[in-house]
Amino acid sequence: MYGILTIFRKEMGDHFNSLRFLLISALIVMVGVIITSMVGMAIQEELKGMAKPSLIFLLLFTSTGKLFSFVQFIGFFGPLLGIFLGFDSINRERVSRTLSKLVSQPIFRDSIINAKFLSGVAIIAIILVATVLLISGLGIRLVGVVPGVEEVSRLVIYVVISLLYISFWLGISILFSVIFKSAATSALASLAIWIFFSFFVSLGASVLSDAVAPVTQTASGVDAEMLIRHERIQRLTSLVSPMTLYSEATTTILDPMRKTTRTLILMGPLERFSMSRFQSPLPLLESIFIVIPHLISIVAITLLCFGICYLVFMRQEIRTV
Amino acid sequence: MKGQIIVETEDLTKKYGSRTAVDHLNIKIEEGEVFGFLGPNGAGKTTTLLMFLGLTEPTSGRAKVIGFDPTREPFKVKEKVGYLPENVGFYDDMDARQNLRYIAKLNRISGEVSEKRIDYWLEMVGLSEESTKKVGTFSKGMRQRLGIAEVLIKEPKLVFLDEPTIGLDPDGTNRMLDLIHSLSREKNITLFLSSHLLDQVQRICDRVGIMINGNLVAIGPIEELAKKKLGLDQQDYTLEEIYMKYFKEA
Repeated sequence: MYGILTIFRKEMGDHFNSLRFLLISALIVMVGVIITSMVGMAIQEELKGMAKPSLIFLLLFTSTGKLFSFVQFIGFFGPLLGIFLGFDSINRERVSRTLSKLVSQPIFRDSIINAKFLSGVAIIAIILVATVLLISGLGIRLVGVVPGVEEVSRLVIYVVISLLYISFWLGISILFSVIFKSAATSALASLAIWIFFSFFVSLGASVLSDAVAPVTQTASGVDAEMLIRHERIQRLTSLVSPMTLYSEATTTILDPMRKTTRTLILMGPLERFSMSRFQSPLPLLESIFIVIPHLISIVAITLLCFGICYLVFMRQEIRTV
Repeated sequence: MKGQIIVETEDLTKKYGSRTAVDHLNIKIEEGEVFGFLGPNGAGKTTTLLMFLGLTEPTSGRAKVIGFDPTREPFKVKEKVGYLPENVGFYDDMDARQNLRYIAKLNRISGEVSEKRIDYWLEMVGLSEESTKKVGTFSKGMRQRLGIAEVLIKEPKLVFLDEPTIGLDPDGTNRMLDLIHSLSREKNITLFLSSHLLDQVQRICDRVGIMINGNLVAIGPIEELAKKKLGLDQQDYTLEEIYMKYFKEA
């Protein structure tokens, strides 16, 4: 425990002193502020002379405005943040030959990897919380609405989910930094995984569903059962990707109007109309129930990833040359 | 001064796949001595040191270092044993004092005690004036001396030095050897020196062991080995002659 604390403190110091940390946080803060001010002004414009609807505050995070929403930005950039913070954490020490010195001190070897992982998680938490607070502050000024208990709790859950999700990528990059001796290789490997999950899994899902359950246009229209099967397969396959898990979980939590994580709901225009008449926001607890499986999956893959990393590192022989 | 056994191995063996790096090593080191561990590159010297520190597991056999089994209780061993790896590395963006402070903290030494020891050892290795310079600007010799200070900050009973003088200039080498010598004589620290710079080993070591291809082919005081191998009684032998003879036989 003592060793973890000492290494944790040093790692935190290293992070704060590094240019990398400065650049990443500057970028996130900058993008966050720009998006929020654009979205905030748009909301202000639309709400002129109207009573303010409930849960408007969350729109600051989910509304896409002209570019993309803050939530989308974190969904896209978050993995990169995790990768940047971790891709050279172990092999940097290996290259500078400090690792063999470190492991010959009276500390447990796992405290090195635990401390590195925890310090990365702490940095991610600091960046996320700071940015969300900054955006909220800006939002309060622009929209003129103070968030209520429910909005705040939804945002807190959002931050927690994001933290877990980015920690998963941190775990991936630390794993590669343990396996590969060169920092460039581990960075590229982590990026390759990221690209695979973000682009190819969804592509693969649609290819697979087309192959297994092709939707054919017949004279009598589309076979409904086939269409449902097609959608189900596509959805199940894309859930392999942590990106899908994350984006479904966050959109459900931040958008109380959503009652399901499914993107496609088969409905005729009349049904849709009748539904929207009775539409009201989902209570927070119900939203949580919907995303719990996603949350558990994200925690599971994060732990799995860190577990593998831990095992590999503990069994590795560390030499100077 | 001597007497207690501080390092002891029993058929210590390490295999990497089909290659045997260390083959049934039996060695005994007494407290307070300076032991020179010789051998060509790749003879298994560093592997042996790693097994002594519990950094790698032996395939078979066992070792006892300061009374503990390094595979089972690496923590206890590392508390009292220092290890200076070959070409030791530092955190280049921290200064000498910060580097030492970090290592001291990892050894649970902090506050005033640690500052005192840091001052003392920086003085001993002659780096007091450079203590606030970034280690990245240090020369090879300075890094090596800082490495020694770092190992000694935890006041070990036993120190493993892996090629401590490699890459140093003649003056630096001399100062390093003097320092090592005085450690053994004044502080009663047992030193286990792995090297292939034979003239230096001859200068400071009480006993030597020669390892070739994972086998310990000779062990004992230098004079004894000289008598045995060269049949000479007089002083005009060098360790190099003895070593070469063993090397050719192996």
